[in-house]
Amino acid sequence: MAQLTYRDAVSAAIAQEMLRDSRVVLLGEDAAAAGGVFKTTVGLFEQFGPTRVRDTPISELAIMGAAMGAAMTGLRPIAEIMFSDFLACCWDYVANQFPKTRYMSDGQLGVPLVIRTANGAGARFGAQHSQSVENWAMAIPGLKVVAPSNAADAKGLLAASIRDPDPVIFFEHKNLLGNKCEVPDGEYVLPLGQAAVLREGKDATIIALAAMVPRALKAAETLAAEHGISATVIDLRCLVPLDTKTILEHSARTGRVFTVEENPRLCGWGAEIVSIIQEEAFSSIKGPMVRITTPHIPLPAADRLEDEVIPSVARIINEVRKALGK
Amino acid sequence: MSSIAPPPSAANIPEATRLELYRQMIEIRYCEKRAHDMFLQNLVKGTSHLALGHEAVAAGFGVAMNKDDYTFCTYRGHHHTMARGASMLSVLGELMGRQCGLMKGKGGSMHLTSAENGVMGSYAIVGAHLPIAAGAAWSAQYRGTKQVAAAFFGDGATNIGAFHEALNLACVWKLPVVFVCENNGYMEYTPIGAVTAVANPAADRASAYDLPRQLIDGNDAEVVYQAACDAYAKARAGGGPSLIECLTYRHGGHSRADPGKYRPKDEVEEWMKKDPVVLYRIRLLQAGIAEATLDEIDATAMAKLEAATEAAKASPPPELASAYTDVYADGGAAWRN
Repeated sequence: MAQLTYRDAVSAAIAQEMLRDSRVVLLGEDAAAAGGVFKTTVGLFEQFGPTRVRDTPISELAIMGAAMGAAMTGLRPIAEIMFSDFLACCWDYVANQFPKTRYMSDGQLGVPLVIRTANGAGARFGAQHSQSVENWAMAIPGLKVVAPSNAADAKGLLAASIRDPDPVIFFEHKNLLGNKCEVPDGEYVLPLGQAAVLREGKDATIIALAAMVPRALKAAETLAAEHGISATVIDLRCLVPLDTKTILEHSARTGRVFTVEENPRLCGWGAEIVSIIQEEAFSSIKGPMVRITTPHIPLPAADRLEDEVIPSVARIINEVRKALGK
Repeated sequence: MSSIAPPPSAANIPEATRLELYRQMIEIRYCEKRAHDMFLQNLVKGTSHLALGHEAVAAGFGVAMNKDDYTFCTYRGHHHTMARGASMLSVLGELMGRQCGLMKGKGGSMHLTSAENGVMGSYAIVGAHLPIAAGAAWSAQYRGTKQVAAAFFGDGATNIGAFHEALNLACVWKLPVVFVCENNGYMEYTPIGAVTAVANPAADRASAYDLPRQLIDGNDAEVVYQAACDAYAKARAGGGPSLIECLTYRHGGHSRADPGKYRPKDEVEEWMKKDPVVLYRIRLLQAGIAEATLDEIDATAMAKLEAATEAAKASPPPELASAYTDVYADGGAAWRN
């Protein structure tokens, strides 16, 4: 075990898989010689050389298409889209090409690739470089959607994504990149589609993803210490495959469900989860399920405004207390 | 049509190859006509974009390829799919939404795919497959297989960003990919000249990527074949991509819904005189190939078509359960546990 940052865990996972499998290649803007603008691919170019770790022009269509063509013909490409907001520039590949090719070809072709992308707010970059767009990807059948909340998960889930035979959109949260935790040494792979239950309580179940996970945990600690509310905290880790078994089991246990979502309100992932719970665990639910989300607005740049709109520890505490009347 | 490449010396092309070019063109011609007839009989549902008139491009490139080369085509892709060896039955069956179809009815006319024949999909979002073909070429380069990828696309695709991004990346990475523009003069219903800054939408852009300007007669199967062989040899030798503009003409409208009435009558008549199948038959007869040889190819193709048509009509529709298969690699559609 070593203390690693989230960003170093990303490059460690890529190095682990590139050493293991010569089919794994990496491409992206500034991803090779410069080590990535978020420094998530540092050292890979030096270790694996320019045939496997390639800089691309600012051509998101070419990056996505090249990754797809390579994936269909025997490679395991990892493509980087610098900011998840830029997925909008190449959404055709995410929505129409990667996820539909296996189906339309009746299983003749597969697209085993990983799109890594920096997601989320906290860097004060404004409306076109700060969005949480995991719910965009969740809406498309045929994709897998992964969004780790800590360095250890980043390593294990990225390794699994690279090995996965389906297209995976892998969201790395900008605001977590400097966070450190214990990360297993050596080969480390986590299964996709398994949520993590980070703490268990009896009064409330808080379901979170990515940067909302540490906030939900901190809120749960305060709720327990200062307000007599004991909360379960679930880190979804993957939106697809979705671990509904864990969600349903722990929602039913407390009967009070809270989702903490960084994506904007409408059609955020929490809406789907709340819908599943009400259909399949209705009799266990004791009160309205509460979605704590970013409001349905573009993101502002100023720190004071950004902090106002992204779900904060204080807001999570307030919403839980309000709903439970404590 | 300025500075169009002259026809190659026919003596360079062996007779067996010439007959194969002819056979491919005849089979595509017959099968596309049959597809059209079956629309009228409501046996083919949905849309379809026929390649009648484009046969020489498909035959020329198809015959020039190795078995393990990659083809990426557009929604107008029946001809390229057949030129790689997919059967008439599998193509007609897919158009009809039958179990015998190439993808058992899950893709339809616009997405013909035959991976075993190197047809890595037909792409219905204009331009999308050019970067994908570049990626397949990158893979071939990385694996050292000497395979070449070809992307076929219409004149309209030259005005979309993916065309330019793919060209640039392919040149920078020196990828073994051949970009083939089938310029039939019309971007769907609009003359390409009315919406394009240059006269030859692909050839006139080649210099922007430091590629030679290649403008050829896309209705001459041997011209196409020769250009294809040259581009493939260059790609296999590590010389990087080619961009080839083939001048051709649709015999019909853009799609099933389009009678193509926006095209001037004399223009249509002029191009019908340059029917690639008719011209090639005359060329072969003039070269001394016996009429009986060509008649036999025609008759064999027609017999294959009749058999394929009957077999496709007799084929059952797909199993309902297949609507839920092959979303993910585990064979199913499960997004949750």
